[in-house]
This record gives sequence, structure tokens and C-alpha cells, in this order.
Amino acid sequence: MLEALGAGSMDELLVDVPASLRLRRLDLAPGLSELETMARVRELAARNRVFDDRLTFRGGGVYRRFVPAAVGAVLSKPEFYTAYTPYQPEASQGTLQAIFEFQTLIAQLTGLDVANASLYDGATAVAEAAMMAVVHTGRPEVVVAPYLHPEYLEVLRCYAEGRGFQVRIGTDPGNDSAALVFQSPDFLGLIADGSQVTELAHAAGALAIACVDPISLALLAAPGEYGADIAVGEGQQLGLAPSYGGPHVGFIACRQELVRRLPGRLVGEAHDGQGRRGYVLTLTAREQHIRREKATSNICTNHSLCALAASVYLTYMGPDGLRQVADVSYRRAHALADELSQLPEIELLHPDRPFFNEFPVRMKNVLHRLRALEAEGILGGLPVARWYPELEDVAVFCCTELNDPDALAQLVAALRKTV
Amino acid sequence: MGDRRYTETHEWVEVAGEVATVGITDFAQSQLGDVVFLELPRQGRKLGAGESFGVIESVKAASDLYAPVAGTVLEVNERLAANPELVNKDPLGEGWLIKVQTEGGLPDGLLDQAAYQKLAESGGH
Repeated sequence: MLEALGAGSMDELLVDVPASLRLRRLDLAPGLSELETMARVRELAARNRVFDDRLTFRGGGVYRRFVPAAVGAVLSKPEFYTAYTPYQPEASQGTLQAIFEFQTLIAQLTGLDVANASLYDGATAVAEAAMMAVVHTGRPEVVVAPYLHPEYLEVLRCYAEGRGFQVRIGTDPGNDSAALVFQSPDFLGLIADGSQVTELAHAAGALAIACVDPISLALLAAPGEYGADIAVGEGQQLGLAPSYGGPHVGFIACRQELVRRLPGRLVGEAHDGQGRRGYVLTLTAREQHIRREKATSNICTNHSLCALAASVYLTYMGPDGLRQVADVSYRRAHALADELSQLPEIELLHPDRPFFNEFPVRMKNVLHRLRALEAEGILGGLPVARWYPELEDVAVFCCTELNDPDALAQLVAALRKTV
Repeated sequence: MGDRRYTETHEWVEVAGEVATVGITDFAQSQLGDVVFLELPRQGRKLGAGESFGVIESVKAASDLYAPVAGTVLEVNERLAANPELVNKDPLGEGWLIKVQTEGGLPDGLLDQAAYQKLAESGGH
């Protein structure tokens, strides 16, 4: 086969893969049968330490949540579970209807007029929203309020370099600013005053872009309510497993006036010649196969299966179920914050700032104490100094509905021992 | 109308005093098909001759609009927001796009009726 490909050796064939990423050799005895190989791999896999969901107190953008079995049942239907998402209306009414429902749910959740068929993840959704604002206003910079998820910021900077706009950290948009981007709750878990930030943006003639946690919107004001122009976020919590950080699903919603800047696929409801309801791709003249280099974005597809998971999750939960999930998470996190603040050598970083289900605490020897927790099977908060040197000894703790009261008590007892 | 001038990008311009009215030609609207949306500039925007001032979107294409003259946008045809089909029905009349306060008169290189007719008959290129 190497000969047919015109390569002299395996190394030559793989020349485009950096050496640091190549597997040198597999530490397996030669000549093992498949059965023996699987047994050996299973033995090795058993050495992984997997934290119980209930004893995991770490979020940072990806969260463990209860996923009803209905999500997997719908997702695994072969009509949906195909390698490629077909968009032709004559062949794919079911797929298009599912996407339309996702758009409707996201628009309702964010309180905005229109949402697209989904994007890759929260990070690219932020970057796409920033590009919308740059194209819409014709202004050359985007201002980002502090404590946007650091990886979202990195992706935003990467997109900005290619598109030729500046990214600046601050809360002071000016005449050159296309948008003020803010996350609420932010990477530390703290809730921003959405209407105040939005007013700041609008006073400078910039758009307000809110990056939000979809679960939190069951309790907090929706971006559309406080006047934000674009809302984006990560939809992993809506029925998707953490799975090492992906594939997840990004969402983006905006006001009607911005719909022609909205990136990606958009499904609309229509009626055929006999008055029957049907679904079609709509407003495609926005997209790059028509607008070429003047399109906002090069996105021509969506994360359909992941978006479907979010649709099933939201539909199955309903408004009451979602509120319950949000409420339990909120109460558990606040109970934990109370308990932790009673412990010696631990203090809440911002005792006067509101938070949803994540909050930052300062504790001495944070890395040492987190390691001590790990030895007890508990994954504690996320230490954030690697992104923010000024936050040395700070960890962000998270609770979801999976962290039951006993789990909280276990964490507190274990932490007490680490003093 | 004798004093209407045309661009090679299929806009027309008609000047009365210092005010130029701009639209797209009948040939352009027939090539685009049903117009569904127009993105037009704000009042007060300064335009250079040949500068893109907006986008016209039909059921089959989206094209840029180019200013035949330099000047400041005085007025935008507000009726097109709700009735973009006016561009198809009456491209030289009710389907006008913008009025511009001109600066420095008509640039060289605009086509007269006969020259534009020839361009359109040759397929528009």
C-alpha cells in the first residue's frame, strides 16, 4: 500500500503529523489475540481515576448534569444519527423541523427574536458574534469585559487576527468599538449587571454581546430583556456529556434587525402550494456561497446532533423542570459557599457579588489541598492562577443538581482535614 | 429622460440641481429576479464615486450597490423596507434607492442611454 501511495516508509507517509504527536510504539506484547488485547487494555483502563459525578465540584465551562434517557433514545434514531446532516427540504423535513425547534427554544430562552441552527461551541459562538458586530458597525475593535472564559478569548483572538480586527480587554467601549462582549455568569461564576453593561455598549454606539449559561436563564433575566443585541453560549449542559470537552454545541441569537449578519444555517417555517406546513433553509443569501468574501462567516453547517440533544433536553424538562434544575444548582452552590466560608483559611473572594452555581474562594496552598481531596475521590474547585496570575490561591467551586447534600458534607469534611 | 446616466454596474443616476437620485436599471432588476431585501445607508453618510453603499438581495442573489456619484446621502427610500418589490415594478420611478447631495458633479465614465442599452443587449458585461 505504501508503494501505491508513493511513500517509502510509514514515517514518510506520516511526515505531515508533527513528531511530538506520533505514537512511537504501543506497549503491548506481540502476537496477542483480540480477546487478549482487550483484556489487557481493560486492565490498563481500570487504573484511570474517574471521579464520581456527585463528588465533582468543578465546572469552568463544562458541567456534569443529569441527562434523561429520552435524550439518548431520540439521538440514536438512525434517521438522525447519520454521518451528514441533509438540508434539502424535499428529503429532510424531520431534520429541518428538529433544527427549527432548537432555534425556537434558544430564541425563547435568550429572549431574542431569532437564533440560528447552532455553531460548534461557546468559544466560536463568541467569535462569530464579534464578527457580526464588526461587519454591522464597520468598526475595528471589540472590547471584552474581564473574566470571559479564557479559552473563548483565545478563540476570539484567533478569529480576530484572520479578520483584521482588534480585541481589547476593558469595560470602556468607544467610537472605534463594534461591541462590548461580557459573560454572565463569568468564568469565576459571578453575575454581571446585564442592563448596565448593555447601556455602556449602546452609549458608545456598540452592540452588547452577552455570553450566557443556558441553565441560568431559567432564573436570571434573559439577554433580550435587558436589551442585549446578541446572545451566545455553550449548550453542553443541555443534554450532552462532558466527553473531554467536545463535541458540544454553540448557540447564537440576535435581534431581528441583525438577522442578515447572523452566521450559519437558518431554518424557517413555510407553507407549500397546498397550504401544508413545511420547513426550509431561509435567508441563505447571507451565506458565503452567495455573499462570498462579504459574508459574515464561513460557517455552512451546524452541530445538528448536539443541537438535537439540547432540543430534546429542553423539551423534556420543560420550563418547570429547567427552573428546578437551576434552582437546585443555585441552592446547593450557595449552601456550599456558606459552609466553605466557615472553614479556617478559606474565604469567599467576592462575598458581596451575586453568583449562580459557581463561586471563587481563596485558600492557602490551594493546589496541595486539591490534591488531598483527589486522594479522597473528590474533584475540588478549578484553580485559576494559570490564566490569572493575580488570582493565586483561588479556586472556583461548582455545584449542579448531581452534588447531593451528602456529597457536600463529604467535601466539607475532607477540606477540614486538609487545613 | 435625456439626462439619466448609467454605470457599468447597472445603477442609474439623475441629477436635479445638486441632488442626484440613484436606482438600479430595469435590466438589473430583470436579471436579479424578485427583490426581497435592501440594505441601504443611513442618512448623512458620505459616499465616494464607485463606493459600495448597500446590498440588494433577491431570491437568487445578493449584489452590492455602487454609488454613481460622490456626495452625502440626503434621503433613503423608506418604502422599500416594507415593499422591496417596488424595485421590480418601477425601478426607474417609485423603486429609486437613495438621494445624494452631490459634490463636484458627475464623474467621467458614466454611460448615456444609448451606450447603456448596448451594454445591456450584449448581456450586461
